[in-house]
Amino acid sequence: MSQCAATIVPCYPLFQQPEYRELLKAKSAEFEARVPQEKIDETFQWTTSEAYRKLNFQREALTINPAKACQPLGAVLCALGFRGTLPYVHGSQGCTAYFRTYFNRHFKEPVACVSDSMTEDSAVFGGQKNLFAGLQNAKALYEPEMIAVSSTCMAEVIGDDLNAFITNAKKEGRIPVDFPTPYAHTPSFIGSHLTGWDNMLEGILRYFTLNSMADKTAGSSGRINLVAGFDGYLGNFRLLKRMMREMGVEATLLSDPEAVLDTPADGRYRMYAGGTPPEEVQQAPNAIDTLFLQPWGIEKSRKFVKETWNHAATQVDAPYGLAATDRLLMTVSQLTGRPVPASLELERGRLVDMMADSHAWLHGRRFSVYGDPDFVMGMARFLMELGAEPLHLLCHNATKRWGKAMEQMLAASPFGKGAEVHFGRDLWHLRSLLFEKKPDFLIGNSYGKFIQRDTLHKGKEHEVPLIRIGFPIFDRHHLHRHSTLGYEGAMYLLTTLVNAVLERLDDETRSMGETDYNYDLIR
Amino acid sequence: MLNKEEAQRLIEEVLAAYPPDAAADRAKHLTVVEEATGEGSCGITANRKSQPGVMTIRGCAYAGSKGVVWGPVKDMIHISHGPVGCGQYSRAGRRNYYVGHTGVNAFGTMNFTSDFQEKDVVFGGDKKLAKLLDEANALFPLNKGISIQSECPVGLIGDDIEAVAKQKGAEMGKPVVPVRCEGFRGVSQSLGHHIANDTIRDFILDRQESTANEAGPYDVAILGDYNIGGDAWASRILLEEMGLRVVAQWSGDGTLAEMERTPQVRLNLLHCYRSMNYISRHMEAKYGIPWMEYNFFGPTRIADSLRRIAARFDSRIQEGAEAVIARHQPMVDAITHHFRPRLEGKRVMLYVGGLRPRHVIGAYEDLGMQVVGTGYEFGHNDDYERTNEDLSNTTLIYDDASGYELEKFVERVRPDLVGSGIKEKYVFQKMGIPFRQMHSWDYSGPYHGYDGYAIFARDMDMTINNPCWKMMTPPWR
Repeated sequence: MSQCAATIVPCYPLFQQPEYRELLKAKSAEFEARVPQEKIDETFQWTTSEAYRKLNFQREALTINPAKACQPLGAVLCALGFRGTLPYVHGSQGCTAYFRTYFNRHFKEPVACVSDSMTEDSAVFGGQKNLFAGLQNAKALYEPEMIAVSSTCMAEVIGDDLNAFITNAKKEGRIPVDFPTPYAHTPSFIGSHLTGWDNMLEGILRYFTLNSMADKTAGSSGRINLVAGFDGYLGNFRLLKRMMREMGVEATLLSDPEAVLDTPADGRYRMYAGGTPPEEVQQAPNAIDTLFLQPWGIEKSRKFVKETWNHAATQVDAPYGLAATDRLLMTVSQLTGRPVPASLELERGRLVDMMADSHAWLHGRRFSVYGDPDFVMGMARFLMELGAEPLHLLCHNATKRWGKAMEQMLAASPFGKGAEVHFGRDLWHLRSLLFEKKPDFLIGNSYGKFIQRDTLHKGKEHEVPLIRIGFPIFDRHHLHRHSTLGYEGAMYLLTTLVNAVLERLDDETRSMGETDYNYDLIR
Repeated sequence: MLNKEEAQRLIEEVLAAYPPDAAADRAKHLTVVEEATGEGSCGITANRKSQPGVMTIRGCAYAGSKGVVWGPVKDMIHISHGPVGCGQYSRAGRRNYYVGHTGVNAFGTMNFTSDFQEKDVVFGGDKKLAKLLDEANALFPLNKGISIQSECPVGLIGDDIEAVAKQKGAEMGKPVVPVRCEGFRGVSQSLGHHIANDTIRDFILDRQESTANEAGPYDVAILGDYNIGGDAWASRILLEEMGLRVVAQWSGDGTLAEMERTPQVRLNLLHCYRSMNYISRHMEAKYGIPWMEYNFFGPTRIADSLRRIAARFDSRIQEGAEAVIARHQPMVDAITHHFRPRLEGKRVMLYVGGLRPRHVIGAYEDLGMQVVGTGYEFGHNDDYERTNEDLSNTTLIYDDASGYELEKFVERVRPDLVGSGIKEKYVFQKMGIPFRQMHSWDYSGPYHGYDGYAIFARDMDMTINNPCWKMMTPPWR
């Protein structure tokens, strides 16, 4: 008996108690047919070797620990960013349970999303019946202003036609003809969650503007449209709105989930909150231009905006760090004729001040980064601005073209010379890379914690500590509320990086009588 | 608390929001039970298709097989065969604890997938599957076997994963198990449990009639315990203390060797009936091994279970059980004495899966709390029959509740605690209702056994009596 009423302990440290250690040891020795410890140790060492890395990189069919998710996940997040919108996923129901759970765990928020629960019979006859009942039920129960329909791979494999089904549902009177029901086909065997986000946005833009372009003129509203893309940081949406406000630019964020994913605890559950108003989407073609802030993650919507709205969709980089933010603000300034205001110049100066203050702890430090393409590119650029050196830059859901652009960007900076770019690779590849060349830190989402543990298992000197920046972050609280874009976001990133360096230094010098030097009060 | 008529009216009000067809269907899944009759399934229809578009919280067959039954078998590699999402969303989320060297001789928190691309859907995925099985075996040579967990497309494009598995299994000399748990099969996770059980039967138990191990007189197996937060360990310790020899855990912290050895045990002990009754019945029919259900939540049920288990053995074990109960009694009393005054009379609504909608009722009652509403995500009629015995007051029963129903029920009943899952958690917290996740133990646990009871009591207390619930309204309102 290991508990005592005065000090009740959960799994850790409960299972540290001798009786549990004994129990686990005996189970393993007697019943598990476990291979001998020497064999395990030897095999572990082999998995950290050069030979293993080669074998690992020969993989053609097996993906191990991916760093991407599937299309409808992105579609759901995109849909959540529109006012009063209920995301609806046509297909098997388990997918929806997974999407909701995934976002619940990252945002610590409720996520409303329905499925039309297709089963074997729908696989044979198609899912039209499910869609009919699903739209009718969802509208009656949850009273949304809009239902945004995406699809699972089941529905895609059997070839369900969303446009025809939705039109038929309206003809049948299941929902009113004028009820907004944009849709996007989001097969999970093409692209990643970014593709699904893009497809859903394109579906929504198409729904609200394609047939009403006659009275639209690009530039007539004097506004700017911003597309943030699949972004797990709520602060970024707020930051973009603030920067535009300070510039005196009226802006429409095409998908803005910051309110619905951050509702207050005040005794009432709000299924809907904030979000881009449909009437703003309707007027969006009248804006001066539409800027896509994740250029490597969004193609279809950009094409639609260029071709249908006649927008230039002026190329910008994801505004990570100083220069990319400068460029974004200058682009907006050029497009709108509004100068960059003193308040943002002040904010910029404060960021540069912080960079000066912290440079000595970041200069020359080596960071490996993984995540979505624009995040990795933006983070690498910011690291080089700090005088830090990107080492491995890995993106599972990027193309060769991205790889080339990365190489070019790295070649242009003395801090990028030692970097390696990997696309289409997973986190088991990354593990091998980190054993081959050790960075000081790894930057990525929560999945990276398993890589940190693996590197530590080889020995403390091989440990690569994880700095949690990305999506999803499941094992730390509230980080998703920060911003990572703009000067403000760069301040958060810089603070996170420099303090990770300082904490690690403390961690390594805390041994009394052993490392009494460099364990400093003042840094 | 609502009386029967009030509860009945509440159900009618909730149903009024549905279109007629859906209302007629949902009516069969909602009821009020006044007191335990000990028989019948609470008048509930269960294990039927969910209504489209109502926001069911159910998952799929893949979740039931990969996520629940197969996934925790730690020394085998489980391939999520199909597109990338399913494996990613279900990776390392269930807290099925195990000890081992992950990536070397254990693989539980990893995600192996065939990451289907369009060409795999168009031309079939069998060749890719054959190749990735070789790659997995080469990179992880200490694996004891591989299971192939089918995602939706696999069953729709006519792949023959059975043939691939057979060939590769023969080449490797290890079990390679094709599991047809495509997410569109059945109506919930439940069919996935069944399919997974059947594949263990066909590809593990039938693979070799192993008699290598000597069967001891006190050999038992724990079935249907997924070791969430260490539940199975906190259970095993009691069984061993009373003199039994636990030779296998299914499947939390489980291994291939343990599964293979189970057909020689004297008694199968079944915790989660829903997910492992199938294999228990099979072992009874084929090997003559009896099985019994037990409940290790809360001291009343634990003591009762220990005695019922002991009754299947000789006096040595029976004395052992009494000694275990007696040894833990002072700790149990101290826990109850400390927490009961803080929790007495608090009302709980549950909405969970598997066994918990009934099994945890006793633990709440040990703390002086009352369960006033309960329901199963994916239960069958036999689950509701079993639940009936556990109810001791007027109770709202909801099967496959929609988000809408649950929200309305909770809003009206205003319980002191809701126990459900992550998808429900934040809805109710914002409503100001204390909430505990009762799938993952809200990142705590174990909750099984005597050690688990202490944590359970601590957790319910910390959540119900945390000051945050009183801060929702600003002082100027």
